[in-house]
Amino acid sequence: MTTTDTIQDLVPDKYKYGFVTAIDADTAPPGLNEATIHLISDRKQEPDWLRQWRLKALKHWLTMKPPHWAFLRYPEIDYQAISYYSAPKPARKDGPQSLDEIDPQIRQTYEKLGIPLEEQKALAGVAVDAVFDSVSVATTFKKKLAELGIIFCPISEAVRDHPDLVRQYLGSVVPYTDNFYATLNSAVFSDGSFAYIPKGVRCPMELSTYFRINAQRTGQFERTLIVADEGAYVSYLEGCTAPMRDENQLHAAVVELVALKDATIKYSTIQNWYPGDAQGKGGIYNFVTKRGACRGARAHISWTQVETGSAITWKYPSCILQGDDSVGEFYSVAMTNHHQQADTGTKMIHIGQRTRSTIVSKGISGGHGQNSYRGLVKILPGARHSRNYTQCDSLLLGDQCGAHTFPYIEVRNSSSRAEHEASTSKIAEDQLFYCHQRGLDEENAVALIVNGFCREVFKELPMEFAVEANKLLAISLEGSVG
Amino acid sequence: MGEPLLQIEDLHAGIPGREILRGVNLTLPAGQVHALMGPNGSGKSTLAQVLAGREDYTITQGRILFAGQDLAALKPHERAAAGLFLAFQYPVEIPGVTGMQFLRAAVNAVRKQRGEPELDPVAMLKRLREAAKLVDCNPDTLKRPVNEGFSGGEKKRNEVFQLAALAPRLAVLDETDSGLDIDALQVVAKGVNALRRPDRAFLVITHYQRLLNYIVPDVVHVLVEGRIVKSGDRTLALDLEREGYAAVEEKAAV
Repeated sequence: MTTTDTIQDLVPDKYKYGFVTAIDADTAPPGLNEATIHLISDRKQEPDWLRQWRLKALKHWLTMKPPHWAFLRYPEIDYQAISYYSAPKPARKDGPQSLDEIDPQIRQTYEKLGIPLEEQKALAGVAVDAVFDSVSVATTFKKKLAELGIIFCPISEAVRDHPDLVRQYLGSVVPYTDNFYATLNSAVFSDGSFAYIPKGVRCPMELSTYFRINAQRTGQFERTLIVADEGAYVSYLEGCTAPMRDENQLHAAVVELVALKDATIKYSTIQNWYPGDAQGKGGIYNFVTKRGACRGARAHISWTQVETGSAITWKYPSCILQGDDSVGEFYSVAMTNHHQQADTGTKMIHIGQRTRSTIVSKGISGGHGQNSYRGLVKILPGARHSRNYTQCDSLLLGDQCGAHTFPYIEVRNSSSRAEHEASTSKIAEDQLFYCHQRGLDEENAVALIVNGFCREVFKELPMEFAVEANKLLAISLEGSVG
Repeated sequence: MGEPLLQIEDLHAGIPGREILRGVNLTLPAGQVHALMGPNGSGKSTLAQVLAGREDYTITQGRILFAGQDLAALKPHERAAAGLFLAFQYPVEIPGVTGMQFLRAAVNAVRKQRGEPELDPVAMLKRLREAAKLVDCNPDTLKRPVNEGFSGGEKKRNEVFQLAALAPRLAVLDETDSGLDIDALQVVAKGVNALRRPDRAFLVITHYQRLLNYIVPDVVHVLVEGRIVKSGDRTLALDLEREGYAAVEEKAAV
């Protein structure tokens, strides 16, 4: 048996989050038109400005075509066959008032996923907002955060309780005209999380959102908005899973981050949507727009992502570095197995002077997986003395998979500098044998080597989640289930 | 005495189309240090790789008994768990994996296979610190990625450190002296000597006599063209140094 065969035997994986929760759901009929928007707005009792915003987005979306520039292959999506709203039917008409009132079935689902919904069981220092299909079902630690003036709640609740803040920032980083999927999201977004950290406040715990697609033939279109006011700090983590289904499900989220003067936002993602089966059937189509704006001097936005799931990943968490001396970072691990495809990377737009950005991308491909890094570094004429460092490494676990790099670098002034380093490697037989000789079997050896490859990214994750990311990666690599 | 720890009987092995080991016989009891010497291409490193279970080599005849067990039935990681350790001639870099992670994984993998409980992080740290002390190795090595950016000497010292941490029954040292200056050589030898125990055996593979001034062997074997042509006490190594392999080869050919 050659090393390649051996590794490919290991790469197939079992998806342990693939169960379906049987709950009563209020699901809109498939299709997208003005009536759909009204249905969503009615259900959510939204103010008129938001309804009008959605309608504008829909109108614009109808003039758009899906982009085809990514290195991805998939059949055309029939957007009229998707249901754009699904919510668990609440036991009470006005929704759960406390965690105890959440449908026990949903709570069990999150327990299976290891998400600490119950505050007493919560990981110390992690506040969780859980989004089940289209609706946010619980936000823990809300009171404790409120004492510091921090707002952390479902975005639908923020629209109601903090309309001025939402109105000021919603669409300010990703406008409703931005791109096909973001525009779609603007029209139909159902829920998501909202966080606001007031001036000078350091959020004392990790904020976390857990997304779960449960219902059949639904899309999930959540929208997250995080605003860190001057001098504020927040670390935020999102995790995602979905049941195993034969058909592909669409996920088109938008995340907007706003960091004002001296503010820092760390945004970490562990994306483990259902990737489809070994033959490439089913899985989530993940078309996500994530962007952060460093609006003030010395603002700092850091994206860290561990992408192990989804059949298709199309995602470019980006930073707009407007404030002088602001900093943007992107740390990414993307793993593609079987027939998974990922086209992911970042955009760093340098506008302010002395702005700095760092990009570290680690792509791992196994099976028939295709993994592309796509990045844009743009340093504008006024962004004098700016710097970018990009490092882009690919690891191939077999001979049927692919790794691709598409870097675009535009430097428009002479005092700035961009550096790009790239490498592609395979796990060497020597490395495996060395590990075996020390007592590690095939699975452990591959997992250890791959973890080493990802180290620079994992060290950017909050401690609790670095452990989770390690485990997740090991599960994706091994045949065994955690 | 009991049975020997390692018993190699009429071992023939090689790569497809080429036999490299052509009838090796060797008996190594616990508590002893045997040196295996020989000219380049005689099959010394092949023997080390075959003992560790490298798939590139096939055994075509004969057998290897390790503590009474047929090694051919064991995969490389199972051989490690059974207590066989190979200090590599060219230690491999594992980028991003710290020495701590690596040894923790290795020690616990071995314990698990033996049905022993895994060591918790505190016990593990204690064990690794003790191992480092035993072979006079800087414990900060544990914080660095395995062999990455190490000098030749550091890599070899790290092998001896791993040897101490894994505490095997048989340690095969494959040209651990190659590329070392005299100071590094002494440090490595000192480490090995500190690890000598009545229940542990060493097979020290070397091209030069020099190492054997510091690691004094009980028996010296000379491997030429895939066969052990001569065995003797350590004076044999001195003869080789003086007369060269050619003389021994000639005698063996007679």
